[in-house]
Amino acid sequence: MHGLPDSVDLDAVAARFRAVAPAVDFWSLRLVDERNDRLAVRRGVVHPPHVSYDSGAMITVWRDGGVGYAGTSDLTASGLSRAAARARDWARETAGRHVLGAVGWRPHVGTGEYVSEVQTPWAGAALADKLALLRTEAERLHTDERIVDWEAGLWHTTLDTLLVTSAGGRVRQHFQFLVPSMSATANSGAETQTRTFGGHAYCRQGGLEILREVGFCDAAPRIAQQALELLAAPNCPSAVMDVVIAPDQMILQVHESIGHPLELDRILGDERNYAGRSFVTLDMFGSYRYGSELLNVTFDPTRTGQLASYGFDDDGQPARREEIIARGILQRPLGSSSSQARAGIAGVANARAAGWNRPPIDRMANLNLEAGDSSFAELVRAVERGVYMETNCSWSIDDSRNKFQFGCEWGRRIENGELGDVVKNSNYRGVSATFWRSLAAVGNRDTLQVLGTPWCGKGEPNQVIRVGHAVPACRFTDVDVFGGA
Amino acid sequence: MQDYFRTIVDAIQPLLRGEEIFTCSFHGEESDFVRFNRAAVRQAGAVVQRFLTIDLIEGRRHAAGTLTLGGDGEGDRARLAHLIGELREMRAHLAEDPYLLYATEVHSTERRRDAVLPGGDAVVGAVADAGAERDLVGIYAAGASHAGFANSFGQRNWYTAPSFNFDWSFFHDADKAVKASYAGTVWNAAELERRMTSAAEQLAVLARPRRALEPGRYRVYLTPSALFEIVGVLSWGGFSLRAHRTKTTPLIKMVEEDVRLHPSVRIVENTVDGIAPDFQDAGFLRPERVTLVDGGAYRDCLVSPRSAAEYGVATNGASAGEAPLSIDVGPGGIPADKVLAELGSGLYVSNLWYLNFSDRVACRTTGMTRFATFWVEGGAIQSPVEVMRFDETIYRLLGEKLIGLTSEREMILDPGSYFQRSTDSARLPGVLVDDFTLTL
Repeated sequence: MHGLPDSVDLDAVAARFRAVAPAVDFWSLRLVDERNDRLAVRRGVVHPPHVSYDSGAMITVWRDGGVGYAGTSDLTASGLSRAAARARDWARETAGRHVLGAVGWRPHVGTGEYVSEVQTPWAGAALADKLALLRTEAERLHTDERIVDWEAGLWHTTLDTLLVTSAGGRVRQHFQFLVPSMSATANSGAETQTRTFGGHAYCRQGGLEILREVGFCDAAPRIAQQALELLAAPNCPSAVMDVVIAPDQMILQVHESIGHPLELDRILGDERNYAGRSFVTLDMFGSYRYGSELLNVTFDPTRTGQLASYGFDDDGQPARREEIIARGILQRPLGSSSSQARAGIAGVANARAAGWNRPPIDRMANLNLEAGDSSFAELVRAVERGVYMETNCSWSIDDSRNKFQFGCEWGRRIENGELGDVVKNSNYRGVSATFWRSLAAVGNRDTLQVLGTPWCGKGEPNQVIRVGHAVPACRFTDVDVFGGA
Repeated sequence: MQDYFRTIVDAIQPLLRGEEIFTCSFHGEESDFVRFNRAAVRQAGAVVQRFLTIDLIEGRRHAAGTLTLGGDGEGDRARLAHLIGELREMRAHLAEDPYLLYATEVHSTERRRDAVLPGGDAVVGAVADAGAERDLVGIYAAGASHAGFANSFGQRNWYTAPSFNFDWSFFHDADKAVKASYAGTVWNAAELERRMTSAAEQLAVLARPRRALEPGRYRVYLTPSALFEIVGVLSWGGFSLRAHRTKTTPLIKMVEEDVRLHPSVRIVENTVDGIAPDFQDAGFLRPERVTLVDGGAYRDCLVSPRSAAEYGVATNGASAGEAPLSIDVGPGGIPADKVLAELGSGLYVSNLWYLNFSDRVACRTTGMTRFATFWVEGGAIQSPVEVMRFDETIYRLLGEKLIGLTSEREMILDPGSYFQRSTDSARLPGVLVDDFTLTL
């Protein structure tokens, strides 16, 4: 349908499965067909291009109160049949002991389709042209002998999924993702500083038009210059002061101290052995003041072009925009339909799986902080003494998602409402439960950037997934800021 | 899976043209995963996966591709032919790669481990029984992990390691919990029960009122599990030749300024005593041991074939990421049963969590205490403490403020399963440290 000529015919696989499907209470089949292309040029040398094809099936079986799954890459009728038998075995072993069996939950999947919007298809550009672009941009990073390492890269993904159920559900989705990257490392003696193109934050759904939208071809000289400036910069000052945080750090702030603590499976305890629990409890929804009146957070997979836009989650639930925090008050958790059934609370369509070999769990999708009304100049002008920080380079937070510490690549002093000298090793720490109440100003739409991360880790077995965050710059008061050793 | 790998490898050679050669690597597993929450099953299932990566080479031009094999013979051969055709087409657009390096001397190996793994019913039953009166949450993962390598020169390597890894926590309430694990190759219900009982004994201590600590400097004992997290963050470039040559290593002060750790610190990539495959994706074998830090001084790096070519040194069989897979920190002289007495008054830290750098050049790391962390006075555990953030340089932690390491060590099998079940491991002592900095 949407894939490349060599992609798997998912409908044909689903037809094969239906012919061998087990006689059970309910089954679902989720098919995944993914192609990744990775290109990079480092220190003037083209890294060998890498292409990968990954396709497989996740079969889930409900039987007598038990639920079992089996993931297989053998998409023949016999392979699917063997996997179904394995899933049925696990359903039998867990009967009477399964969390979902206890609440009688199973997915109710309708029909529908979703397709990423693409203007300039990845496949339409020649490999030679893409490598030439990367060669050019990488070379523009090498502006000085003190730049000791420099690299530019592109990572493109085409993903097709098909979810069908024994009750006639059918959801077909086609995605295309692009993750551009760029970095320059400057060194002098035992001092080294690295500046990047927002880490991997400039990732979106779409095609090569994203490079124009995010300014990929304008970035190299600035990145190289800033790496050199950091080399000579003093450490970030240490004091309690105001901070203005750029969108490519705000995404981590939102991700770690709003997104993860609001995941309903964490609140229900599923993640306590690995990713952690949450300081948020079920009784807080509808009344808890999470942040200042300026804090408005939405879950919105329906927003076009973000990294985690979709029409349906991996349990087949239709995506809808939902208010998560409104005027600082907590509204609803990031909980999928199975977690909602367990907790007895409304949530969102966020059951997502990292691939065919992992079952869906509650994830962020596009979790966005809504723009306010302050221009960037107004954000800075209001600070008497503080620091402006860009681009996350370090993140750490406790297992309840409360005590955090983040570090940024690039900082500038703010003195009397003016941006001042560059500082290195800019860090700040705080506590989620109180930090958002110090949100003093939210940037307007001119400061908002559509960003994300392709690397959100969670779950047992472990899963890494794509998450989108559209966020403006923000100002916080009385933050514990500090620099390097 | 070995027979199937051979079959697929045999199908590659006829697809080559002219002077083309290939290297290929294989990673597969047949795994059961059972996830528990409050001793009930949250998710349970099985995964069979097989990933084949081919580097198609002609002269110094090459392109690489990975294919998920279905195991269905004819279908895989067709996909393989398509992939090789695509790699050939890509290669036509590429310049020569000056850093291409692959093994040309043939060193075929085969390493298989035996295992006695339980059935799913035994695991679910045992956990349900153990958790009947306790809040148990965790993951049981078991089955065979496989790795393979083959090239045009006839080298064939194979690795099969069945194992189980049950990684769980008992919770008292909120974040008061004890972390435990039982991993190995021969499942023994009595051993599981022993570990459950031991964890439950610690859980009883967690029922005591919690002590709040102020930020400051404390004498601490870090268990092997806590040290595992610290050497884990050090492995983010700390032992990589490329990171050293690009000056991004967090240990740059050891390299550029001859700063040293405590003389008792010895860190080795100990492949022979680990469980990771002893070959890598370009066909080079790993030596039995590579000494990374000796007598507190930096010694050797892990060198991937690509870095070897780029920087003109010999490879020592490191993977592309040049991170340790089987890290081994040497023992010290503190008997494990004297740890609390040696600690006297301070913190007993069972686990650390979510480490990262707060100043990479200074190798200053931050992270959290997690699970069972206790306040100790007079050599006896007094009470659990609230989770605390630390921020400390490795040069203080394993340098000037290191009091000693335990004489006994623990073998930790990494329970990680991003993309595939990890075969990383670590053998570590506990460490006693003075003036450990807590910040929040």
